[in-house]
Amino acid sequence: MTYIPTTVSVPVPQGLRPRCSEATCRVVSNTPVNGEYRLLTLDAPEAILDCQPGQFFQLLCPAPEGENPFLRRPMSIYGYDKSAGRLEFLYKIAGAGTRGLATLRPDDTFNVLGPLGQGFSMPDDWQNLMLVARGVGLATLAPLARMAQERGRKLTAICSARRPELAMSVELFESYGAEVIVVHDEDGSSTPEALRPLIEARIAKGDVDAFYTCGSSRLLRMLQDLGESHGIPGEIAMEQQMACGLGMCQACVRSFRVGDRIIQRRVCREGPVFPISEAM
Amino acid sequence: MKDLQTIDLSARIGALTLKNPIMPASGTFSEDLADVFDLDVLGAHVLKTIMHGTRAGNPTPRVCDIQSGMINAIGIPSKGIDYFRDEMLPYWSEFKAPLVVSISAHSYDEFARLCREVSLPGVTAIEANISCPNIEADGNAFAMRPDTTQEIVTRLRTETDLPLWAKLTPNTGEPVEVARAAEEAGADALVVANTMLGMSIDVDSRRPRLGNVMGGMSGPAIKPIALRMTYQCARACDIPVIGCGGISTLNDVLEFLIAGAQAVQVGTATFQSPTVMARLIAELEGWMTTQEITSLEEVIGSIEGSEAGVFE
Repeated sequence: MTYIPTTVSVPVPQGLRPRCSEATCRVVSNTPVNGEYRLLTLDAPEAILDCQPGQFFQLLCPAPEGENPFLRRPMSIYGYDKSAGRLEFLYKIAGAGTRGLATLRPDDTFNVLGPLGQGFSMPDDWQNLMLVARGVGLATLAPLARMAQERGRKLTAICSARRPELAMSVELFESYGAEVIVVHDEDGSSTPEALRPLIEARIAKGDVDAFYTCGSSRLLRMLQDLGESHGIPGEIAMEQQMACGLGMCQACVRSFRVGDRIIQRRVCREGPVFPISEAM
Repeated sequence: MKDLQTIDLSARIGALTLKNPIMPASGTFSEDLADVFDLDVLGAHVLKTIMHGTRAGNPTPRVCDIQSGMINAIGIPSKGIDYFRDEMLPYWSEFKAPLVVSISAHSYDEFARLCREVSLPGVTAIEANISCPNIEADGNAFAMRPDTTQEIVTRLRTETDLPLWAKLTPNTGEPVEVARAAEEAGADALVVANTMLGMSIDVDSRRPRLGNVMGGMSGPAIKPIALRMTYQCARACDIPVIGCGGISTLNDVLEFLIAGAQAVQVGTATFQSPTVMARLIAELEGWMTTQEITSLEEVIGSIEGSEAGVFE
């Protein structure tokens, strides 16, 4: 982190509201949630809080001892509240960027850029929603629960983890009226073989109009297969190494299957949310 | 006290006058920035390099960061000349800022053909990317040697009447000879310089951190190299030099101007802060006001010190 933001104002075309902006936020808290994850809560300006579930921010991470994370780190939004001026990220320490994030203390200032990318959609005919995700992927899907409640949709959240106590966001999903099913590795309930009959039973009852997922390629393949057999659409939030986060550098491409063609799309710009049927 | 109403930020690149000396570096700028700030504040628009045909680019990961910078091996994904003419050119022609189109190719013939076909109304200048380290194996490029530089620029010169900028590489051991070769072959300006070939390895997996193994270093880490080369080229050549390499702050801009650059390109800094170019323009104007400098001519090439004028 070498960039020092200045206060010079930047011209925007008349009538344009910038789709993203840089903002200096104040750290409210940065605390461990369980053995693996930490929750960073920021006091953020209104201008950056018109967010959609599934969108992300580019974080200018502080340098931890002996390291220098130069590029911003993309991080999906865990929570946002425009009226309260709050922005939240849930992260797992995995590299120089997140090690830097862990050094933030209350009242530190922190530069973020966003919101970025295309969020999840929730068309009117998707009334019964099923969310299936694992580990930190659940953080990306957390804001969907509030959106589902606001729009009066029924949500079932299948939360997968290595151990039951590590399942993320269970209380949060429940607080927004979702039915939560925790599956884990210890009793084998998290394997695609175990999940499949569970989901198919819900489909048989007419309880699933759409799937949402994030991250895991095993879950993706299972949902693609189920979606194809039962004609159920859905969306996935995907990840890729990024530089700019705005679409300029073309670093973060992934391949997608569209009809019989394989095409490349930028995760930061066309995504990070894509149709489950096209993801690879 | 000078009349500070007349502070003139304009930059002259040969016959071309830019309203200020700040423009993006190719590959770090696209229409994706147009809904973030007013792109018409820029001195020019420099597009990502296009190639004649379509090209997918390199395998991922395409970027990684290093101490004070990054390495990219994007590999010039290109939608080709037809897409440029039909889709990109009409879009960019709507802006007031001059349009600089960056082009590249594997062969002399393909480069010449693209140069001819891209010389369209609406294009202000052509930047010949003869220095991308991600096209040929081991970073090879036309601008590594004076003879290949001379040959490619000579070919391109015959294909276009537009101002022709040659983008040089810091990977050559003969920067001055390459710069002179480009000038003699008819380049109107030099862009100094492109990324520096580099590499990074993840120790845990023992794998290269880039899908293409090697890539181009950019950012503050390479600024002293680009600055040194700008100084060398500006002293050796009569055509204008446009500095490029790690420029992130007003101080960086001033260093390149003082070293002899007529203008600068800002690249990697935009990845950290998308609006940095607009801020640099405002900061440059503010600095000139405080310093009572009314024209960039008072800054460009104003380097002091006995060494500066002695060795030739």
